Amino acid sequence: MLFQETIANPAFGLVPWVVFFPLVGLVLNLLFGRRLGEVFTGTVAVLASGAAFVVSVLLALGLAAHPEPVVVPFLEWLRIGDFAANWDFRVDTLSVTMMLVVSGVGTLIHIYATRYMHADVRHNGDPGRYRRFFVYFSLFILAMMILVTANNYLMLFVGWEGVGLCSYLLIGFWFEKGEDGIGNAKAAKKAFVVNRIGDFGLLVAMFTMFWAFGSLDFDAVLAAAPAAAPGVLLVITLLMLLGVTGKSAQIPLFVWLPDAMAGPTPVSALIHAATMVTAGVYLVARSAPMFNAVPAAQAAVMWVGAITALFAATIALGQNDIKKVLAYSTISQLGFMVAAVGMGAYVAGMFHLITHAFFKALLFLSAGSVILGMEHGEEAGHAKGHGHAEHADQGDHGGLDPQDMRNMGGLRRRMPVTFLVYLVGSLALAGVAPLSGFFSKDEILVAASRSNFIVLGVLLLAAFFTAFYVGRQLMLVFFGRERTPAAERAVESPALITVPLIVLALLAAVGGALNLPGSHLLETWLEHTLGAGEPAEFILPLAGVALGVALLGLFLGWLIYRRPFQREPLERTGPLFRAFNRKWWVDEAYHALVVRPYNGISRFLAGDFDMGFIDTVANGAGVLVRRLSGWWGVLQNGFVRTYALMVVVGVVSIMLYLALR
Amino acid sequence: MNLLFHPLTLVTFLPLVGVLIIAFLSESQRGLIRWVALGTSLATFGVSLWVLSLFPAGSADMQLEAVAPWLSLGTFQVNYHLGVDGISLLLLLLTTFLTPISILSSWTSINERVKSFMIFFLLLETGMVGVFLALDLVLFYVFWEFTLIPMYFLIGIWGGERRVYAAVKFFLFTLSGSLLMLLAILYMGISAGTFDWNALLANREAFAGASLWLFLAFAAAFAIKVPMWPLHTWLPDAHVEAPTPGSVILAGVMLKMGAYGFLRFNLALFPEVSVRAAPWMALLAVIGILYGAAVSYMQRDMKKLVAYSSVSHLGFVILGLFALNAQGVAGSVLQMVNHGLSTGALFLVVGMLYERTHTREMAAYGGVWKVVPVLGALMLVIVLSSAGLPGLNGFVGEFTILLGAYGSQIIGSPWFGVAATLGVILAAVYLLTLFEKVFLGPLRNPERRALAEITPRELATLIPLLLVIFWIGLYPKFFFALLNPSVEKLVALVQTAAVAMR
Amino acid sequence: MAPLYYYIGLSVIMFTIGMLGVLLRRNAIVIFMSLELMFNAANLAFIAFSRHYQNMNGQMFVFFVMTVAAAEVAVGLALMVTIFRTRRSIDVDQINSMKG
Repeated sequence: MLFQETIANPAFGLVPWVVFFPLVGLVLNLLFGRRLGEVFTGTVAVLASGAAFVVSVLLALGLAAHPEPVVVPFLEWLRIGDFAANWDFRVDTLSVTMMLVVSGVGTLIHIYATRYMHADVRHNGDPGRYRRFFVYFSLFILAMMILVTANNYLMLFVGWEGVGLCSYLLIGFWFEKGEDGIGNAKAAKKAFVVNRIGDFGLLVAMFTMFWAFGSLDFDAVLAAAPAAAPGVLLVITLLMLLGVTGKSAQIPLFVWLPDAMAGPTPVSALIHAATMVTAGVYLVARSAPMFNAVPAAQAAVMWVGAITALFAATIALGQNDIKKVLAYSTISQLGFMVAAVGMGAYVAGMFHLITHAFFKALLFLSAGSVILGMEHGEEAGHAKGHGHAEHADQGDHGGLDPQDMRNMGGLRRRMPVTFLVYLVGSLALAGVAPLSGFFSKDEILVAASRSNFIVLGVLLLAAFFTAFYVGRQLMLVFFGRERTPAAERAVESPALITVPLIVLALLAAVGGALNLPGSHLLETWLEHTLGAGEPAEFILPLAGVALGVALLGLFLGWLIYRRPFQREPLERTGPLFRAFNRKWWVDEAYHALVVRPYNGISRFLAGDFDMGFIDTVANGAGVLVRRLSGWWGVLQNGFVRTYALMVVVGVVSIMLYLALR
Repeated sequence: MNLLFHPLTLVTFLPLVGVLIIAFLSESQRGLIRWVALGTSLATFGVSLWVLSLFPAGSADMQLEAVAPWLSLGTFQVNYHLGVDGISLLLLLLTTFLTPISILSSWTSINERVKSFMIFFLLLETGMVGVFLALDLVLFYVFWEFTLIPMYFLIGIWGGERRVYAAVKFFLFTLSGSLLMLLAILYMGISAGTFDWNALLANREAFAGASLWLFLAFAAAFAIKVPMWPLHTWLPDAHVEAPTPGSVILAGVMLKMGAYGFLRFNLALFPEVSVRAAPWMALLAVIGILYGAAVSYMQRDMKKLVAYSSVSHLGFVILGLFALNAQGVAGSVLQMVNHGLSTGALFLVVGMLYERTHTREMAAYGGVWKVVPVLGALMLVIVLSSAGLPGLNGFVGEFTILLGAYGSQIIGSPWFGVAATLGVILAAVYLLTLFEKVFLGPLRNPERRALAEITPRELATLIPLLLVIFWIGLYPKFFFALLNPSVEKLVALVQTAAVAMR
Repeated sequence: MAPLYYYIGLSVIMFTIGMLGVLLRRNAIVIFMSLELMFNAANLAFIAFSRHYQNMNGQMFVFFVMTVAAAEVAVGLALMVTIFRTRRSIDVDQINSMKG
């Protein structure tokens, strides 16, 4: 609109640097990283992300004084006919919030990763890949920043696919490992392709948008949206929802996220928990006026979110891999957020997005710390026992899976710091007051109580399952006896790893203060972008119920898992647990319904149809010509007199024709 | 300007100077022959840059026209008439840019009959440049057919095992289409009294009565060349058998000649028929997109995979052309360039692998990224550019094409655009499968441990391509600024016809 | 003076005899002679029309035809001699070694 010419604060001119600092870091690492070693690489990457954070803070301070949205023009990107899309930077409270989360949590994870990857590349036997990791990481921050600073849907899409690419690269980081050696690579491809299905929705949404509104700029589209035909808006919003289900791992496209845990743990924390997967929530919040105009689409978003929240929570209960539990937990929590924005409670959704970024990043990173400890314990065992590590290249580390919770137990004594921060994160996730998760989840529940009681029930049930699997996980990992020698020898991680954990734990603990009932700091902050809504009041009975559900779940987890056991206690529930454990056979269903038919069609087209039919028809034309020429060839017998006779016959017949005409 | 030293004459016939020099060298002076060929093609590229600098920015009309009477057919004058507008200029640059790269890629892979190889290659360049510059239909036809012969020999002499079959198939397919075009050209020339493109454009009523048949005759020639489904089966054979430089030029430039022909002749000379044919062409294009993607997914031979991916990508180009709005057509021309760059680069990498291992079976590889990290990283960028990742060239073209196709009044239904967008998903499937099978996973084949990393010369073939890939992806303004005026003029012409029909 | 159609009739008869000779005979020499007959039939027609229309073009053509015929006979006889040397025969039905 009219903001371009009035850049209120010189700080806003800095906004391109949130993209360019990571770019500088990336280029430096690409050029010099190999020569200058790990310390240089790590420092550059951390500084790049940290500098982006500083810029974000400056922007936030600028906005605090001048909360109106500002557009900082950068360059003209595409212009054809009446279509124009420029690369402009949008600075408003919503985008700056995302910038802060991305670069803030991102920087902490970067610091953590400098140490974690140091160990990881050695454990996996290719130290040269340290640099590659941080190049990808910087690229991710860059792409994510493009996504959140975009001023039109096209640039948002650029970032949207860019983060998808980073996700692909980082899931397949150890591309020669995993199941059969190719498991990680396949997981990466799956993530990219499933995301592309979502991107398909977003692309078509953009096409519709352009032909309906003549622009892809947020301001223009969102201003025109309320007056548009509801049918068009419904199409656009539902297609966007498809994009959201892809990126934010909602039903039906959530299947890629659990597999994405093949990436190194900092990746899971940064990309697959804290930032990238929340892009879908951001998209819906950004497009709020459009969604507000079509209640049907809002309902669809809400139901997708709520059902995903419950569905994924049940699956999380049946997992044994420490990261898989967290992955399904992420899907479930994203379901909460999506449900919130579907109910029009954008602030609640964003609030949960922020607190979730804190505690889920914390949980993943602590899980990484646990895994490091386990790997260390296992290697120490090997060193004592046999003194060899020759299988480092083969991808299996002597048979023991350091991520399997059944191999853990009792780690609270071995890794006290990790245990404490994990406890904070878990309780925040379960929604225990007064940790951050309690407040943000409560706001979502309040919004649900206003819009639909069935959804409220579903979400409460999901919250109960959440607390239950959190309790189960805590018990399996940290309490009881050590179940393997590796767990016995596990050691605490070094300071470079634990310090970011402690910072995140503090954030996870007090993050709720952002939007405490009564102060509504975030609410007033985001109002400038999302418009004034009803602030979520604090309903004491509802909060009580939520807290009770959380405590009940935790208690149940404690009750079931407090004693040592041989077989998984939940197996007594029979088929139910099997369904949880096998993820409701969704992967199998997709395989049978999508992958196999496509393979079959492809094979048919490539084999029988293309080579068999089309090519035969084409070559058949050639054969036909050859056959015909064979017949005609009889006339060309090589005797001059025959030809002369033909000439005579021809001449005579022409003359006869002329004469008798 | 003097006709002989006219920039367009120079850029067209400069490769022949190289041919002349090489003709006087002996077969044993291979190094010298290669350098002469490379130098000539680089000089040609330089001249094409000169043409670019002479081209007035923002012009929609034909510029730098060179006209001279050439020969008479009966009472009809055939002119030597060259000219450029934004569209042909871009394709001219693509041609002269890819030729030196292809010649450089032949450095070590072509060791037999180097002399004739280079001669054919430079002849081919003259033919291709002429196709993009000719503004007289007879001249165009001469150049068009002239490209066939060197390519026929490039495949037939330096090709793989079934090279003769592939070369003959290529020749017969393309020839059968272009003969129909020749008939159409003669008919138009006789009925309008001229073969000059400008004059024909101004005098469309002269052959309006037969325009449907003329459209079909031209379309036959171009559709085979593009190739559009279901006329594509010569392409996989030709690509698989052709030597790497041949594949690069075949995919990079020669397929574009078909698409360019549609644009320059079918759309401009028969706008009414184009409007009527648009939904059908779009249908074929969409089938091509999806079909090419599906078939390509099942290939085991890398070159075949890339060849079928061309069918899919060129489907996008045709879809954009027949969207007949500014977005579709401009995106389509840009996509021609994009496809030339990305697919050219893909063929180069496949050629590098083939030169090292003498196999193109994907199953014979696996996990080689570990062995050749630089080559792997470059291949990743190329694969992603081909898959249309934002920030790289493919996205800019595909997005604008799909945007145009989705909203095209003339195609009449957004479903074509939607179905084509599915192709974007499928492209990711087959391209990532290619990358996965060759570069990712464990290194199972012990022979591949010795795979050599990319050499500086090979790097020199890929780096220019990658630079342009990034340039178009990040800042396509230059290209669209060149294209837009000419495209808008063409679109205005067609839209007027469309309005007049209603 | 004899009317025009006399000449034309004679020309047609000569031409037909020549044509039948070319078609039916197998000896190359005879075919040659028949060809000459046809040439001269044409020449006769030319002359007749030239005279009839008082136009010299026809006579000019006759000179051309005679020249070309002379050249043709020279080349043809040379070929015939060569063929006879190699094949010991000038039967045209046996001259088929270039048949595709």
